[in-house]
Amino acid sequence: MADTGVITDESDADQSRRKFLLIATSATGAVGAVFAAAPFVTSWLPSERARALGVPTEFDLAKLEPGQMAITTWRKQPIYIVHRTPEMLASLNGHAALLKDPDSADSDQPPYATNAMRSRTAQHLVLIGTCTHLGCLPKAHFEPHDPEIGAYWPGGWLCPCHGSRFDLAGRVFEGSPASVNLRVPPYSLSDQKLTIGVDQA
Amino acid sequence: MSVVAKPPGAPAVKTGRLRAWFYKRLPIEEFISEQLTGYYAPKNFNFWYFFGVLALFVLVLQLVTGIFLTMFYKVGAATSFDSVAYIMREVDYGWLIRYLHSTGASAFFVVIYLHMFRGLLYGSYRTPRELLWVIGMLVYFALMAEAFLGYVLPWGNMSYWAAQVIVNVFGTIPAIGPGLVEWIRGDYGIADATLNRFFALHVVAVPLALLLLVVLHLVALRRTGSNNPDGIEIKEKLGPDGKPLDGVPFHPYYTVKDTFGLGAFLVIFALVVFFAPTFGGYFLEHANFEPMNALSTPPEITPSWYLTPYYAILRGIPNQRLGALVLLLALVAYLFLPWLDRSPVKSMRYKGWVSRTFFAFFILGFLGLVYVGLHPVAPVYVLMGRICTVFYFAYFVLMPWYTRIDPVKPVPERLRFRAHA
Repeated sequence: MADTGVITDESDADQSRRKFLLIATSATGAVGAVFAAAPFVTSWLPSERARALGVPTEFDLAKLEPGQMAITTWRKQPIYIVHRTPEMLASLNGHAALLKDPDSADSDQPPYATNAMRSRTAQHLVLIGTCTHLGCLPKAHFEPHDPEIGAYWPGGWLCPCHGSRFDLAGRVFEGSPASVNLRVPPYSLSDQKLTIGVDQA
Repeated sequence: MSVVAKPPGAPAVKTGRLRAWFYKRLPIEEFISEQLTGYYAPKNFNFWYFFGVLALFVLVLQLVTGIFLTMFYKVGAATSFDSVAYIMREVDYGWLIRYLHSTGASAFFVVIYLHMFRGLLYGSYRTPRELLWVIGMLVYFALMAEAFLGYVLPWGNMSYWAAQVIVNVFGTIPAIGPGLVEWIRGDYGIADATLNRFFALHVVAVPLALLLLVVLHLVALRRTGSNNPDGIEIKEKLGPDGKPLDGVPFHPYYTVKDTFGLGAFLVIFALVVFFAPTFGGYFLEHANFEPMNALSTPPEITPSWYLTPYYAILRGIPNQRLGALVLLLALVAYLFLPWLDRSPVKSMRYKGWVSRTFFAFFILGFLGLVYVGLHPVAPVYVLMGRICTVFYFAYFVLMPWYTRIDPVKPVPERLRFRAHA
């Protein structure tokens, strides 16, 4: 009988060769699928334009009176800038026991803000104003002992979404759904000019 | 016999020949007999068996109204909000099309939740319907994604902040979280790029997945057949003709019943669409009538009512990573239900007081979580939410034990059914 290339009897089939070909074809196809998916997956990253618009933001600190807070944006994120009064700075002491991360050991801030004040200079605090829980804007409640929050309240921020509480250095209180302190963006100071987005002016 | 058979010598009927032409080229007859007239369903279906068909109806409604909304909606951070106002005010009947779509979204969840309740009540997830249940749950998950994505499209202030909160849930994943969030957004914050891709997912990707899953759900249903309030397999008692003794053909028996149910549903649906389309802020939230503002969180953020149970679970846990994990577990738990239930009987009709108690507390917990999730953060609601979360998980986690010690009742041989007088 002429060899037509058609296997008429299954027992003639070389099973191990068949298995090898099947695995090799599937593996090649799988690798190809991963490579083919790469451009599609990468297309979701911030575009060239979005990255270009993410340049540093400048802010004139002379505009900010003691006790005031200003909001500016950097990379579409709200940036809270607070000019802390001596009383506000004094309010940071004495409630470390109520905080989740009083020394900011597990929190996200540049090395120059890893201190008791969480800032380059004690006066000016710069924070990313999105709650570290799920990104809402914590509202300023700077008045100490706010009756709506509690007698212990030293002044700070309360998130309206899920109730996370932060003090005037952006440190989170125990019992909040947020686990870490408010983030500090990279920033630099030269005289009264604040530049958000770079470590060195 | 073929429908087209006609007595010899009779004049050729035009419609008959047309039908014959199609039947020769498409398996219409086989489809009708397999899916409708030859598909036997248990004869004791009750009120709870309306909701599958209603879900199918709402799916079609959402597709049709959605296609028309796409014709007028202009996606983009600068145009979305205004184009929705344009649909509402200037497109003829645009308000109706949009209200049908927004009310349809809530109606979808109402019927799906009742459909799921039926499954839990009568043990429709048990052998041999495990896969049917799992596919159904995937439909539910896809529906939640679809609803969330659609909620973002009007680009109101609630749209924006809902997107912010939900996308940030992914940020809690260890190591890859922050990068993943940036990848989902396509920018350093929720922005035009995010809106644009959510639109693509909402109108193309998720609906395609949803349709595929619904088809799979129906195919799996045809393989196993429907469960019923008694939880007995009708295929085990066949008559001399090989048909189930306790079954009736789906058409005309259930098509007639479902048409009646659809009529009743449409009356209620129309009342909402015409008289209470925002439903007091529960179907369309007041804060979303304001354009998106990245610097102003609405005073109270609550998600749409159908997502509130999971939101309340998330909010009640004072640790962000743990909260997200428990939220995930709350959803995944449903998938394991067929293997958690060890009761010798399927239906709640024959389960004992232990199973019934856990089930009642689960339903109470679920409704409690809906209630808590709709209210602002306050200690009393957080406490309520935590208690309800315990009820919710107790139903699943303790199921392998309480279903075994449960004093079940004897299951009858045949369906309990009394014909109408």
